[in-house]
Amino acid sequence: MRVLRPTDLPTALRWHAEHPVTPVMGGTDVLVALGSGRLRPATLLDLSLIPELRARRTDGNVVRIGAGLPYTEIAERLGDPLPGLASVARLVGSRQVRNRGTLGGSLGTAAPAADPHPMLLAAGASVELVSVRGTRRVPTERFYRSPGRTARDRDELIAAIRVPVATGPQWFVRAGIRRGMTKSICSCAIVLAGGRVSVALGGYGPVPVRATAAEEFLGAEPAGAARLDDDLVDEFGRLVAAAAEPVTDLHATAGYRRHAVAVLARRGLRAVWRRRCGEGPR
Amino acid sequence: MTIGVTVNGKLYQDECDSVSLLVLLRDHWRLLGTKNACAEGECGSCTVLLDGELVNACLVLAAQADGREVTTVEGLADGDRPNTVQQAFLDAGAVQCGFCTPGMVLAVSDLLRRTPDPTEAQARRELAGNLCRCTGYQHILDAVRLAAEREAGAR
Amino acid sequence: MSAGIGAAAAQPDHLAKVLGEFRYASDLGSADAVWAATVRSPHAHARIDSIDSTAARRLPGVLDVITAADIPGRKLFGQMKVDQPVLAMDVVRHHGEPVAVVAATDPDTARLAADRVAVGYSVLPPVTDPVAALRPDSPAVHSGGNLLSSKRIRRGAAQQGGLPPADVVVRGEYTVGMQDPAFLGPEAGLALPTEAGGVELRVATQWLHLDQEQLAASLGLPADRVVVKPAGVGGAFGGREDLSVHVPACLLALRLRRPVLMWYPRAESFLAHVHRHPAVLRYEHGCTASGRLVYVRAEIVLDGGAYASSSPAIAGNAATHAAGPYDVPHAWIDASVAYTNNPPAGAMRGFGTVQPCFAYESQMDRLAVATGLDPVEIRVRNALRTGASLPTGQVLTGPAPVAELLGRLKALPAPADPPADSGAVLARGIGYAAGLKNIAFSEGFDDYSTARVRLRVVDGRPVAEVTCAAVEVGQGVLGVQRQIVVSELGVTDVRIEQADTRFGTAGPTSASRQTYVTGGAVRAACRAVRDAVRELAGSNTARCDGTLATVLGDRVIERTAEFHHPPTVPLDPVHGQGNSAMQFGFAAHRAVVDVDVELGLITVVELATAQDVGRAMNPLALAGQLQGGAAQGLGLALTEELVLVDGTVANPSFATYQLPTTMDVPRLRAEILELPDPAAPYGLRGIGELPAISSTAAIAAAVRAATGRPVRRVPIRPEHLVDPEDHP
Repeated sequence: MRVLRPTDLPTALRWHAEHPVTPVMGGTDVLVALGSGRLRPATLLDLSLIPELRARRTDGNVVRIGAGLPYTEIAERLGDPLPGLASVARLVGSRQVRNRGTLGGSLGTAAPAADPHPMLLAAGASVELVSVRGTRRVPTERFYRSPGRTARDRDELIAAIRVPVATGPQWFVRAGIRRGMTKSICSCAIVLAGGRVSVALGGYGPVPVRATAAEEFLGAEPAGAARLDDDLVDEFGRLVAAAAEPVTDLHATAGYRRHAVAVLARRGLRAVWRRRCGEGPR
Repeated sequence: MTIGVTVNGKLYQDECDSVSLLVLLRDHWRLLGTKNACAEGECGSCTVLLDGELVNACLVLAAQADGREVTTVEGLADGDRPNTVQQAFLDAGAVQCGFCTPGMVLAVSDLLRRTPDPTEAQARRELAGNLCRCTGYQHILDAVRLAAEREAGAR
Repeated sequence: MSAGIGAAAAQPDHLAKVLGEFRYASDLGSADAVWAATVRSPHAHARIDSIDSTAARRLPGVLDVITAADIPGRKLFGQMKVDQPVLAMDVVRHHGEPVAVVAATDPDTARLAADRVAVGYSVLPPVTDPVAALRPDSPAVHSGGNLLSSKRIRRGAAQQGGLPPADVVVRGEYTVGMQDPAFLGPEAGLALPTEAGGVELRVATQWLHLDQEQLAASLGLPADRVVVKPAGVGGAFGGREDLSVHVPACLLALRLRRPVLMWYPRAESFLAHVHRHPAVLRYEHGCTASGRLVYVRAEIVLDGGAYASSSPAIAGNAATHAAGPYDVPHAWIDASVAYTNNPPAGAMRGFGTVQPCFAYESQMDRLAVATGLDPVEIRVRNALRTGASLPTGQVLTGPAPVAELLGRLKALPAPADPPADSGAVLARGIGYAAGLKNIAFSEGFDDYSTARVRLRVVDGRPVAEVTCAAVEVGQGVLGVQRQIVVSELGVTDVRIEQADTRFGTAGPTSASRQTYVTGGAVRAACRAVRDAVRELAGSNTARCDGTLATVLGDRVIERTAEFHHPPTVPLDPVHGQGNSAMQFGFAAHRAVVDVDVELGLITVVELATAQDVGRAMNPLALAGQLQGGAAQGLGLALTEELVLVDGTVANPSFATYQLPTTMDVPRLRAEILELPDPAAPYGLRGIGELPAISSTAAIAAAVRAATGRPVRRVPIRPEHLVDPEDHP
């Protein structure tokens, strides 16, 4: 196995176009796949020497996060503009994994239960894909195709993730049997922005999804806290659970997921609502 | 390509670039203090510092360690004299089979560098990536406290 | 004396362990070593039609490929029943069964070559349900049928074929999933050919001498040409009692005349060692209206998997411990182990007592509800006491402080209320459970250890050297030997040598026995040395003192002793009666949990234990055993399960087999009782397994209390605590 180590993006893109390569950044997913034999590439494209992939900057109301920025940095430095994503970053794996793991890596692997996906979906993030052919932005809603498969073309690299700056409360909840190194059975992110609630799920269906019917049900921002009555919250939970057909796997049955994700959605909605109404910190 | 890594202050070189830092350390350079218990980043037995940052050596592509500095458990003591964290592990009874100990000692050292006086809840959060099958963690958390107190006393 | 018995003395191997200098089996190396890798069955049950190693042998660097046909001696092994192929012959009976082993010049080539050994299988339907396996119409896993072993006990009226009536009757069926020992240090060994055509194996093991015996049989060598040496052990918990790399590594070393290294990566390790027996336990208890137990009827079916390992003894333990630490006049107990095509089950900390503890303690909770008694009260009313008898008829002559242990726990203050947090509805529950366990080997086994103590003067100071084949697996058997020597001889410079099989046996590091038997042997050897010193000095001073060096001069005093624990007898085959155990240990746990009732997620807020240890030989090491054992019990209750799909292990990985982390295991409060056993060295009681027995049941009880759910299975999965269909 060969390792190519470009130090700038144009070179990386050229090599990527010319050879079948597997990109690797922090290695927290790729090394696991290499070790298990699930991945046996002839060539790895190491992106860790490309400084611009680790950059972060704010363009107006969007934070552009370099695909190679480790979760530790997201957790520690982006809490203000992106409180939801920063809170998820704090929950990823262990300290050791957060020091190496990146959003680009998680998006590249697209493991259905990985925690960042629902928050990216709910926050309306888009993925910046680059290749020798140019740059395009794909909204995360259209990014996840099937387990492990995404909208990224064979010659494209994930350059950055563009996440709108939070304008309201953001909340992430997950269900898992362990308190430490939690493997999410399913998870839910809820974002309140521009008077609308966005909600997305991970570890539920075959790919992370937005629960658009639930979002539409809430519609434009309800007039006041009074409208958040139990019936409304229950219906919201039901619609969230209906966003996809849940899977059964080692960790839980589909029936449990359908039940649990509705609970998570109800809690999430109440939590963002409390924060919107000024109860508790944002 | 030749990979050169400074491990505990000494330069090690190798012609291989297709494996993890853990394989380099253990199999190529016979630095056996760093343990291999899962090779998928779940147990923390192979925890080392890479340029001062806590990582699982099993998840670091060997090539990515080129030109960088690694601290393993062998680099902590002053000869046979354990450092504060290691001594705290001895005194608190934080060792049983000891297989998790090298990684755990590095994780605790890193924690105390960033957070010199951690609460127990903080310590539990920060050490969650280091599995121990023998101790139930209580004596390890005692060692964290003991080391923090001794380091505070020494300042 | 600060380093003697009773002191929180340091362990001799810990300095090397914190420095990263301690060498485990997987750290072994040898300049010209060959690496070996195992070809394992991907099927739970299949006929082997062909094994073609041509493609593997063609790879550069491949030196040898062995199959069952190449095993020169006994092709089967087994510590109690010789039924397990070293390498599969004709048929594979479980996922992961070894079929062939490849040797190559480097580990990657060995692995690659193993993948290229083409095994032709005809897949057969697997037998996966142990209860169904015991029905007469079940397909047979072995030609002799699926009943691997069974044990029956009849006490009181049950000996006449019946059980008396009772005011209150409670029935339940309980299930225990498959827990893995999941020690962190992988199986590994280094085999070296020796001059005389023999072989030496350095290996991580719990029982050197049994390894030697089984190795010699399979290699077709006399025992004296097979030496087994201990390599550093990264945890064991029962999972290293059976052979792993042993025979293939030694056979390849003999064939190639080169050192052979083997180690198992994690996924292979999960497939290669035994697990705790999954179990289905049907219980019926009858008690009086005032809560006094009248009878217990227990039908326990353990899933032995494809091969016997230590299942016969585990069936014995499940039966003899089926009534728990309670005084029940009438008992009808049947414990059976079934052969299935699931991975083999065997020893794991608790050894057949953990599964019944979960069942009988669940029953006690239900009896409490049925009688309107407090859960602790009903246990105390029925608690075994000195002079009471077990279902085997064995009378407890020593301390049996079950009621006191429970009382101590009951008296502990309750932890603070759950925090209001994130909208979750948390239900707090407190649960209690008690357990007992036979210490050391039972049912007539002559169980002993051997130790040698040598006293001499080095640089003007007395030095004691202990030689013993007791294996250190992390529990502290080296340290306790040193403490004993310090106390017995007054010598502080004590060096412990872990012997190999050329020295006498110490028996296994298992059954909570090493401190008892090896402690007894070291004490006996020390006392013989002390007598010799006194004779030399012509005085009768009680201890070796500062004048020792003068008395000894350049003489070396060496004494070897065997220590056999008090004899036991086999149970009679009709009613299962007899004094089958030489000592019992008792412990109880209290668990406090918060259950997120909507999600069925459980947080253990606090664990507490009370245990009678006879004598706390080393309070620090003792606390470590109590804490670690409780954490393993927590794992079985909540997070740890090897999941089988048609007999195939679905989660041989730490990503999916979830060990408790720092955030999952709370602090343990420990109430230690020291009620000496007059028959035991220093009055001590074996302590290693008790912490892992009732902790699971206590957590289950706490979840039951919090949720009102029956909790009939461990591990408890979130979906067991919510009814998904009720909340569409």
